Amino acid sequence: MKRNLLVAVVMAAGMSATAASAAECIAPADPGGGWDFTCRTVGRLLTELGIEEAPVQVTNMPGGVGAVAFANVAGKRADEGDLLVATSTVGVTQIAQGKYPGGVDVMRWVGMLGSDVGVIVVPAASPYASLDDLLGALKDDPTSVPVAGSSGAGGWDHIRLLMLADSAGMTGDAYKAIRWVQFDGGGPAVTQMMGGQVGAVSTDLGEIAGFVQSGDIRILAALSDDPIPAFPDAPTAKAQGYDVTGYNWRGFYTGGEVSDADYDGWVAALNTLYDSEEWKAAAEANGLIPVWRGGAEFETYVEQQAQQMEEISRQIGVIK
Amino acid sequence: MDILNALMDGFSVALTPTNLGLAVFGCFIGTLIGALPGLGPVNGVAILIPVAFAMKLSPGSALILLSCIYYGCMYGGRISSIMLNIPGDEPAIMTTLDGYPMAKKGKAAQALGISAVASFVGATVATLGLTFFAPYLAKAAIYFGPADYFALYVMAFATIGGVAGVNPIKTLLAAVIGLMLASVGLDPATGTARFTFGSYNLYDGFDPIVSIVGLFAISEILMYFERIAGEGGEAVPLDRGLPKLREVFAGFPASLRGSVIGFICGVLPGAGASLGAFVSYNVEKQVSDKDGTFGTGDPRGIAAPEAGNNAASGGALIPMLTLGVPGSGTTAVMLALLISLNIQPGPLLFERQPEIVWGLIASLYIANVVLLVMNVPLVGIFTRLLSLPQWLLMPVVIMVSFIGIYSISHAPFDLFVMIAFGVLGYALRKLDISLVPVVLGLLLGADMENNLRRALSISGGDFGILVHSSIALAIYALTAVMLFLTVIMARRQTGKAAS
Repeated sequence: MKRNLLVAVVMAAGMSATAASAAECIAPADPGGGWDFTCRTVGRLLTELGIEEAPVQVTNMPGGVGAVAFANVAGKRADEGDLLVATSTVGVTQIAQGKYPGGVDVMRWVGMLGSDVGVIVVPAASPYASLDDLLGALKDDPTSVPVAGSSGAGGWDHIRLLMLADSAGMTGDAYKAIRWVQFDGGGPAVTQMMGGQVGAVSTDLGEIAGFVQSGDIRILAALSDDPIPAFPDAPTAKAQGYDVTGYNWRGFYTGGEVSDADYDGWVAALNTLYDSEEWKAAAEANGLIPVWRGGAEFETYVEQQAQQMEEISRQIGVIK
Repeated sequence: MDILNALMDGFSVALTPTNLGLAVFGCFIGTLIGALPGLGPVNGVAILIPVAFAMKLSPGSALILLSCIYYGCMYGGRISSIMLNIPGDEPAIMTTLDGYPMAKKGKAAQALGISAVASFVGATVATLGLTFFAPYLAKAAIYFGPADYFALYVMAFATIGGVAGVNPIKTLLAAVIGLMLASVGLDPATGTARFTFGSYNLYDGFDPIVSIVGLFAISEILMYFERIAGEGGEAVPLDRGLPKLREVFAGFPASLRGSVIGFICGVLPGAGASLGAFVSYNVEKQVSDKDGTFGTGDPRGIAAPEAGNNAASGGALIPMLTLGVPGSGTTAVMLALLISLNIQPGPLLFERQPEIVWGLIASLYIANVVLLVMNVPLVGIFTRLLSLPQWLLMPVVIMVSFIGIYSISHAPFDLFVMIAFGVLGYALRKLDISLVPVVLGLLLGADMENNLRRALSISGGDFGILVHSSIALAIYALTAVMLFLTVIMARRQTGKAAS
């Protein structure tokens, strides 16, 4: 009788230990978006590959382009070692523009696993054959071509376009006059462009790659250092003489008071995931280029990017 | 013929024992999720995605399961609208207008029967449309620009005066309250926070489902408290458990009209199921409400919006599959699922992965039949709900509301928002102001504003763009005709009353 009781207690303790070690990934958006994808795919692969024993629980915590989740983790869960929060360049842009309650130093940045590439696209039948043509037209008359993307004015899609305008020699007043139209994602922006509502779209390639493959739209410029593997013929902006790159990486942060042991554990887990064939396949299917930065290297990278983003935002007049 | 062959192949995929079992399971779970206030199709599908992964389903099977849950939710949403006057999900709001009055008259079984048949008609029309016209419709929908969407919303709101209650001014007032509430949150065009009072929780505005549960469920409970503080409320009379066949088909022509309108709204990615149900109801009222019976339990007032919202849900799959552009929250989740299964929706999906698309379409036909068959015997069970004493039913409603809302976002803040909306709903009810236009304003106001802003961004602030496109002009003309008819009909009715 006593032994049975003991067994029961041990089993209960074992169960509660497993329950406590079940990791959680917060997607700071509604189900269906990029951050949600990051959490769900990474969470699923971590379990499937046996890196995490229990299934990773995904929690959607939408609000303020990630600000609600950021505030929640900073305020209540800063020391929780089994927690990851999905983020991307878009989140860092928000931080750099002061739209989160705190700077990048509030969190510990774990790592990034892949990156989407910004592109400038036009309809297949567009009169603009190259980036020169499009930027030339905008230079002559900034209001002549309305451009659309998935972010509002001052968001990452808009900033990437203005960086190109800047490097084409347009002045701040001129490129601020470019008509920018926000849609709820790259897909809607591209279909509205195909319907003739806008002349060009600046957004991430991943969501709209199907339209390039089907021949409905053309890539005028890829904002990457090297040509995109899936579309080797699409010229980079750099090759056309505009020194602009615009990646949108996907990665994770965790609370600022998480112990070094837990933090290093996450970095190692994500690194193992990154090295797997399964992640490479999942990334590729979503138009992401696998790129790894983790631990201290990633922290420095995020700090630099936030700084750079703040400068650009100030230059183009998004913040004062 | 190609399409029929492809569809036959699809049926051979969908009719395997596993997939058929998944379809039945999905329909049942979906109906249940749809019927519970707070848990809508978006959350239902999102919550069950991990289940699909855990069961190690093939991509085709996972898609079949989740689509059946989606269709099931659309059937289920009407149940609590009719039985409790609490919409199970957003598009089911319009069903409260005639469904609940009908149930109160003791014809709950008939109302459930009519809405089940109407849902079947709507979903079948949409699935047929998806089968035969998907690629063409997607191409046509592309030419619908921001100005045209804005015109569509103008039409919806211009005809709102006739939606509910006898007093059009109170209805308009309610819609304006809804529109004002819709302006809370981040302005999508510029990222500027509006009316958020420094709280990050308000950055995304008020979630429509939180406000619906608050306005309808919580205020219902407050009304109940008031009733038991006075004299005990009257019991709802109950007739037989199963409706007669003739009664069930009373709204059949209305279902057909509603289906077509709903389907068009569904195909347009910027419109969706709520707008589909809303416009279907308005149009049906214009067309057939000769005696002013709408709003008091008219069968056509149940059939039209139910057919409309189910047709729109099916229609919304078209832009999702052929363009990769989701027309609603639920299709956005399904899109995410497709992508994580390495299926790339978009212009090439039909060519590259036909077995998945046609398997899905075939399973939608099966889901429709399963849902109809499943829902008819369920009518008897659901009508018993009304014979439960209120002191037993109401605590359960409170519990389900709180759990449902908390399970969406795990944010206690949403529970406070829900309670606040409940108090607002109670006050509006005491003032005899209908709650439906409030929700419509909140639900559709943000989309209306976004499309206006987009149109003006394109034109650089020139309002002329709103009347440049022929699609927009046609919609405005239609709106004028509908308003004109309303005035004529109102004159006639007052004339009749005088003579």
